[in-house]
Amino acid sequence: MSFADANPAVPLFEATGLSKTFGVVEVLKDINLTVRAGEVHAIIGENGAGKSTLMKIIAGNLAPTRGEMRIDGETVTFSGPVDAEHRGIVLVHQEILLAPDLTVAQNIYLGRELHKGVFIDDRRMNEGAAKAVRGLGGDIDPDTIVSRLSIAQRQLVQIARVLLVPHRIVIFDEPTASLTPHETDALLKVIRQIRAKGVGVLYISHRLPEVKEIADRVTVLRDGKLVASHETSEIQPADMARLMVGRDVAKLYPDRHAAQARETVLEVEHLSVPGYAQDASFQLKKGEILGFAGLVGAGRTELMEGMVGLRPSRGAVRHLGKPVNFRDVHASLKAGIVYLSEDRKGKGLLLTKDLIVNLTLASLGKFAGALQIDRKRESAALDKAIRDFDIRTGRKDILAGQLSGGNQQKLLLAKMMLLDPSIVIIDEPTRGIDIGNKEQIYKFIANLAEEGRSIIVVSSEMPELIGICDRILVMRSGRIVGEVTGDHMNENEIVVLATGVTKGEAA
Amino acid sequence: MANVATETAKAPKTSKDWDMAAVAPFIALALLLVLGYFANPNFMTIPNLLNVVTRSSFIAVIALGATYVITAGGLDLSVGAMLAFVASLMILFLNSGTIADPSMALVAGMALAIAIGAVCGLANGLITTIGRIEPFIATLGTMGIYRGLTTWLSQGGAITVRDRDILALYRPVYSGSFVGVPIPIIVIFVTAAIAAFVLYRTRYGRHVTAVGSNEDVARYSGISINRVRTVTYVIQGLCVAVAVLLYVPRLGSTSATTGSFWELQAITAVVVGGTALRGGVGRIWGTICGAFILEIVGNIMLLSNFVSEYLIGAIQGAIIIIAMLVQRSLMRK
Repeated sequence: MSFADANPAVPLFEATGLSKTFGVVEVLKDINLTVRAGEVHAIIGENGAGKSTLMKIIAGNLAPTRGEMRIDGETVTFSGPVDAEHRGIVLVHQEILLAPDLTVAQNIYLGRELHKGVFIDDRRMNEGAAKAVRGLGGDIDPDTIVSRLSIAQRQLVQIARVLLVPHRIVIFDEPTASLTPHETDALLKVIRQIRAKGVGVLYISHRLPEVKEIADRVTVLRDGKLVASHETSEIQPADMARLMVGRDVAKLYPDRHAAQARETVLEVEHLSVPGYAQDASFQLKKGEILGFAGLVGAGRTELMEGMVGLRPSRGAVRHLGKPVNFRDVHASLKAGIVYLSEDRKGKGLLLTKDLIVNLTLASLGKFAGALQIDRKRESAALDKAIRDFDIRTGRKDILAGQLSGGNQQKLLLAKMMLLDPSIVIIDEPTRGIDIGNKEQIYKFIANLAEEGRSIIVVSSEMPELIGICDRILVMRSGRIVGEVTGDHMNENEIVVLATGVTKGEAA
Repeated sequence: MANVATETAKAPKTSKDWDMAAVAPFIALALLLVLGYFANPNFMTIPNLLNVVTRSSFIAVIALGATYVITAGGLDLSVGAMLAFVASLMILFLNSGTIADPSMALVAGMALAIAIGAVCGLANGLITTIGRIEPFIATLGTMGIYRGLTTWLSQGGAITVRDRDILALYRPVYSGSFVGVPIPIIVIFVTAAIAAFVLYRTRYGRHVTAVGSNEDVARYSGISINRVRTVTYVIQGLCVAVAVLLYVPRLGSTSATTGSFWELQAITAVVVGGTALRGGVGRIWGTICGAFILEIVGNIMLLSNFVSEYLIGAIQGAIIIIAMLVQRSLMRK
């Protein structure tokens, strides 16, 4: 923007031999990377591959242990993110970092308020904010309080805030992680606009089709090393996945035996969760894996929470033919219905407590004698859980928060399976989990169904639902709008139901 | 697996690392004892130390209850006023002459104090859980109520045990001793042992910690948060009642200002002992240690001539701030 165009022969940004060591562990090894003006360069890799570390170094949040960075051929070192910003490198964080009680304009100008003398110049800030948001193709009143905005709108505000700084390189850290397909399309459009202005974009994601769509070049990291760098036109998403994982991933989903007609274990009729879900009716059969698809905010999580007594609900639920009305989770757990929250860190596990406390929390009754808890039995249960669910941990006395996302999910699964439930509801079973652990979790889910338990999987990842479910119900705006089975279980049919429009219209 | 190695190496911190925070109050106590030893030769004598610990018994026992409330993520500001209220009602009952036999009257009076303490705690619990009022505000309200009722009962003056027989019978509960150990000290350790057992070894204790650590996780695990929290306030009420049982025989009298600022001392003892004020980590023996520290600081100030004993409140205020700073620096590492 305010920077003059540089010599096109010299790349806008170049890193050579970047390495980063934490203690004795080298998390990045000899990374070479270039970003040209007016290109989108995608960085892909599994969780823990080093993407975030690399981006933090480029954005000035971390200093490299070795290696060099150059802007316009001139060697630079950053004392911090503000320093990098002065050089024109800005980072759009994955999480939304906005003050929810302030307005859009107040957030965009936070810490750099415009003023007239001692007075804040709200008029000018509102105008500037409106212009910035419009420039990104958005239409938000700058006077709106941020807490009233949707996630996608908040992200737009966050991007507008970042882009207010004169910039030459914009780093997007998994920006689409919490967006619906529709919102993702809008974001990609914004990125194309930024690119068209001659800005270099670094784009981190593990949604490969999206990378294929937006990026000009793609660089793959694995275990801290750069394993490949390609023009995107030369490489297909399947190849990207293979490079990321280092092996073939065709067999991500386990084989499933077609479910036979078996007895119904759960009947839900006209269940409503006020404000979130209306008039939901469905049945769940023994040994079945039933999927719930839909966009973020379609009411799937709330419907499940209403069903197990975490939220107030109206309607009829019959469990094994008997009418039930769970007032709290204790009641549904007792009936053998467990719900694994999508918010593993916030609602699933006590991150600052050790593994044993977490494992036995929901089923302490099984470990309590007349007076006290039997710690030996607890310890044995942890050993068994680590074996059964392949929880990878060097030590058994670490805190749950120190496990990786995949191992946390396995621990949560182990915790709930101690209750020996007949119905297992899993919300976003593989969110934030790398491919290796995903494969295992799918296998566990399939095994649970083989054992005769009934499973409900709520997920925003359509391939995963299609891969493991016998049947998929699709929700839109709080209602179940359709069911797909057999040959109809494909992304296209689900998207049509979930959005209410055909693919052509949506784009 | 390479990435397993990475994770463990990157995060060498384990649950064991919290131990430093648990040990810190005991180190502080030891340092204080050393300081006291040099400040005045009379400090390190058995009679003085027994006296100091005996005097700390009210705060220590109240703070045990506060440890439960705070561990579960709550707060109770009403304990000082509650102590005065329960003690006043107990003395009024003893004075009423409802039961003629002094020992029977005393037993009934003690039982009544326990029951009233439990009810007062229950009221606090229900207002915060069912009534969904922030514990700070709820117990600020009940603090005013209990204190006001006490002032009204005493008509602004004192309420004194009138029956000499009862008083003679009751005195030893505070001033007596068993195999050389003053009764209040025995009470401290017995109640602390019970509190530690319940908090660390039982289902309920685990639930208290879980609720304070993360309410949502507890709820999603099928734990009734309201019940667990309410019971912590009842436990707090019971602890206040036990403190009343020790307090009444000491002077045989209460007034409108009995127990003033004890809530702050109890909270200070809890926090100095290493219990996290945001909940989720409770340290029973640390609390006892904290109560001793508060009393010993006062004692040293009294025995030495460096600092005026009128500054005791200021010193205790400084202690709580220092304790918080130490706690945080230990957790960051």
